Amino acid sequence: MHSTDIARVDPAHLIACPQCDAIYRARMPEQGERAVCARCHTVLIAPRKRAGMIIIMLSATSLILVLGAVWFPFLKISRQGFVNEATLLDAALSFTGGPLLLLSIAVTALIVLVPMARAILTIYVLGPLVFDRPAPPGALRLFALAEALRPWSMAEIFALGCAVALVKVADLAHLSFGPAFWMFAALVFLTVIHDRWMCRWSVWESLEHGYGARRAKAPA
Amino acid sequence: MSGAATPMTTAREAGLVACTRCTRVWPMGTDRCGRCGKTLVSRDTHSLSRVWAWWAAGLLCYFPANLYPMLRTQVLFQVSEDTIVGGAIELAKQGAPFVAIIILIASVAIPIGKFAAIAWLATSVRRGSRTPPQSRHRLYEIVEYIGRWSMIDVFVVAILTALVQLNLAASIKPGPAALAFALSVIFTMLSAQAFDPRLIWDRAADDSASDERA
Ligand SMILES: [Zn+2]
Ligand SMILES: [Zn+2]
Repeated sequence: MHSTDIARVDPAHLIACPQCDAIYRARMPEQGERAVCARCHTVLIAPRKRAGMIIIMLSATSLILVLGAVWFPFLKISRQGFVNEATLLDAALSFTGGPLLLLSIAVTALIVLVPMARAILTIYVLGPLVFDRPAPPGALRLFALAEALRPWSMAEIFALGCAVALVKVADLAHLSFGPAFWMFAALVFLTVIHDRWMCRWSVWESLEHGYGARRAKAPA
Repeated sequence: MSGAATPMTTAREAGLVACTRCTRVWPMGTDRCGRCGKTLVSRDTHSLSRVWAWWAAGLLCYFPANLYPMLRTQVLFQVSEDTIVGGAIELAKQGAPFVAIIILIASVAIPIGKFAAIAWLATSVRRGSRTPPQSRHRLYEIVEYIGRWSMIDVFVVAILTALVQLNLAASIKPGPAALAFALSVIFTMLSAQAFDPRLIWDRAADDSASDERA
C-alpha cells in the first residue's frame, strides 16, 4: 500500500538513499537536525544556517594555505653542518627518473592539485548561490566533479606523514617543522569542518531550483 | 527520516531509478540524471566484475610492494635498504614502537583487511550471507573511509627523499616498492568505489522474502 502511495508522488519531490536505494519524501529537516536513512543510517540531508558562506570562506582559506604550503618549507633537517629544507613541491617531485616519475605526478595531484581544484570548484559553484545569483554555467557538472575528487584529496594524510617522517629520521639528523607544516595542520582542520558543514542535497537542490526558491519552499 | 514508521520502499520497487551521485529520483528507464548528468542504472550489474578486476590488480601490486625495498638510506658510506615491514621493525628497535605500529597498521593490516573485506562483500552479495546487511554495509563504509590512509607510507617516502639530501652525511632514495604500493592503494580504492552497496540490501531483502515463503 505504502509503495503505491509513494510511487504516486512526483519523483522530483523524492530523495533516494545512494547507499541502499530506500526512497523518502524529501523534506527539509528542522534547523540543526539531520535527515538520516532509516535503513542504513546514511546522512541524507543536514542543512545548517549560513553554511554556504562558511564553506566559501573555508575553501578560500584552504586555497591560500595550499598555495602557501607549496612555497614555504615544511621540514628542515640538519646533520653535521649540512642543512636542507624541503617544500611541498620538493616532496611531490622527489621521485625522479624512470617509472618513479609516475609517482611524482600522483603525489603532486593528491596533495596539491586535487585539494586546490576542490577549493576553486567549490567557490565557483557556491559563490553565486550565496549571493542569491543564478548558478554559474556548468555548475552542476563542476559540483559533480568536486564530489568525485573528494576521496582523492589527501592533504590530511600527508600531514600525518610529516609527523611519521620526523620520528623516522630522528636518530639520523635533527628535524624541525617549517611554516608550511603548520599551514598543512590548519588545512587538515579546515577539511574536517568543511565536510561537517557541507549538505550535498541542499547544494544539488539549490543548483537545480535556485537558492531563493528552495528557501521559500523549505517549510512546506 | 520521514518514512521511518512506514515499511521501506526502494526506488526499484516503486518503478523508479535513483541517482547515486545527487540522490535525485527518476522514472525507470531514464538513461541519464537530468540534474547531475550521471548515467543511471537501477542496479549496477557490471559492478562486481569491475570490483574483482581492480581487486586483482591491487593484490598483484601488493606483493612487489612488500618484497622490494621502499627506502634506500645512505649514511656516510653505508647503504641500507628497508622494506615496509623491515622499516617498521627498525623503528621499533630505535625506540619508536608507537610509530612502528602506525606504519604496520597503515601498510599491512589495512591493505590485507581491505582485500579480505572486499572479497567477502563481493561474494556475499552473489551467494547470500547470514550476516545482517547493516553489519555488511558498516564494513563497506569502513573500507571506503579507511583505504586512503594507506597512502601515508608513500608520502613518508616522498618527504624523506626530498628532505634527506645531505651530501655524504646522509641521503635517502625511494625504492621500487614505493610505486607498487601506491598503485596497490589506488587500485583497491577504485575496487571499493566500483562496488554498488545497494546490492547488499537487495540480496538481504530477497533472502528474507524467500525465508518467509519457506
Ligand atoms: Zn539507506
Ligand atoms: Zn544525479
